[in-house]
Amino acid sequence: MREIIKNGVRIDDTFAEAFPMRGTAIIITAPNLKWARQAATTMTGFATSVIGCGVEAGIDHEVAPENTPDGRPGVRVLLLSMSTDMLQTQLVNRAGQCVLTSPGSAVFGDLASPDRLAIGDSLRYFGDGWQISKKFLDRHFWRIPVMDGEFLCEATTGLTKKAVGGGNLLIMGTSFATTMNAAEAAIEAMHGVESAIMPFPGGIVRSGSKVGSKYAGVPASTNDAYCPTLRGVTKSILDADVGAVLEIVIDGLTESAVAEAMRVGLAAIIKLGPKDGALRVGAGNYGGKLGPFHFHLKDLLP
Amino acid sequence: MTLVLTLKQEPDQRLDLSPLAPHLVEGKSAAELAAIELQTTRETRTVGDVFNVKTGEAGSIRFEGGSSRFDNLGAGLKSGEIIVEGAVGHAAGHDMSGGRLTIHGDAGPFAGTGLSGGRLEIKGSAGDFLGAPLDGEMEGVTGGLIIVRGSAGNRTGDRLRRGTIVVEGAVGDYAGSRIIAGTLIVLGSAGRLPGYLMRRGTIVLGSAATLSPTFIDCGAHNLVFAGVFARLLRADSKGAAELLDKTLRRFGGDTAVLGKGELFYPA
Repeated sequence: MREIIKNGVRIDDTFAEAFPMRGTAIIITAPNLKWARQAATTMTGFATSVIGCGVEAGIDHEVAPENTPDGRPGVRVLLLSMSTDMLQTQLVNRAGQCVLTSPGSAVFGDLASPDRLAIGDSLRYFGDGWQISKKFLDRHFWRIPVMDGEFLCEATTGLTKKAVGGGNLLIMGTSFATTMNAAEAAIEAMHGVESAIMPFPGGIVRSGSKVGSKYAGVPASTNDAYCPTLRGVTKSILDADVGAVLEIVIDGLTESAVAEAMRVGLAAIIKLGPKDGALRVGAGNYGGKLGPFHFHLKDLLP
Repeated sequence: MTLVLTLKQEPDQRLDLSPLAPHLVEGKSAAELAAIELQTTRETRTVGDVFNVKTGEAGSIRFEGGSSRFDNLGAGLKSGEIIVEGAVGHAAGHDMSGGRLTIHGDAGPFAGTGLSGGRLEIKGSAGDFLGAPLDGEMEGVTGGLIIVRGSAGNRTGDRLRRGTIVVEGAVGDYAGSRIIAGTLIVLGSAGRLPGYLMRRGTIVLGSAATLSPTFIDCGAHNLVFAGVFARLLRADSKGAAELLDKTLRRFGGDTAVLGKGELFYPA
């Protein structure tokens, strides 16, 4: 593999292989930002990977009161899944269990699309006959009486079939501390990209996986080629100076959002340099035959 | 270019202007336009008799001069725009489903009856039965938006089913009578028994009113939906937006019937 060196950081001439997903976006509002964030954090908990969570979800960005439909502080949340059915199920379950329950909350659709997913249209049944439908021109809302007043929920939100999941960066450094520095710098920069989320804890995953396992029925297992403790005893791709690897996985509502997140992440890692940050950056793929979206690192360099 | 119809003189009989919707006159020549019959008696009155016609694209029609004898103006409007620089008669915007109808003068009774979409704005005042169903019909407005800058008469919004009606002035007696659902906002005062026999739906009044004893006080609230509607309405009616942003006292009713409706006024 040919290497490119930028500010002392080795960039693999490889690509991240990503897959088409179904995605949606909503705005959660509350009387203050603390409770809007709380509802969003609860809703996007246990949503790191479709393998075990059904959906990959995260907070896209905060929304200032003047830009929310009800004039209260809000948070934009993205949810992505492999099928429309699963996304629909997860959206309603999570909105129902995590946002409807959260004090003072309200939910609004935030994706323009002719394809729709139900939110309020499903949650309204919680109203037990006391729910109130409100329409204004083409907007439709449900008001559900709850113990602190009313839960307001837009009837539907948009669905995109052009979402992209699985953009990634593999960050390799001397030690855990320096690798984490680079990963955190990348995440910080990526948070500024609209319509992209990093669904793993704090945006960072330490247990990258490969497809399959020696055990029957296990769909994914540890990516031993990137485990520093196995260097030499397995078919490792790590250099002698690499002591830790962290990965950032990116999902976006569009291909360009994923590319942009990878671009700003790479730029932040390169800017930090190898001494306190990453020695090398790679990306995960399956040989290019499984996913239609290929994000080549060399095309995303600053 | 707009199709302009300039009134020659006050018509000598009531006229039915429903043939002058954009989708009905599209592609017609000046001669064909002038030959359209508008009379409601045995004496024929054509467009050419009543108006000076300046042809243009029918997507936009402007009436220069109006009359309280102009009935059914903008009836069946689906898209495009009609502007009336003057008054209109009975049932303006009857069964409108889209587009914009703007009346700079006053409107007669039953303006906006059967409205299911689009935007009807009356810059003057509206008569009785604004948006109410005509004889034999089951429901009034079923969608869209009606804005009256002046006042409106009795039974405003009768049998409202869906959509939004805003009256910036006062309304007469029994505003929002028998409403099925939808939203009626009145910035001025209301006459006797607003919300009389309403089943569901929302009525917001700009000031306290004497309600039927079958309305029950549910307390003062700042509800999120009111804030959302305030923002959605701000461009069309600043006054309505300001009213909705206030703390509002909610009355549930009319419990003489289903009782799932609500009437608000500032707490």
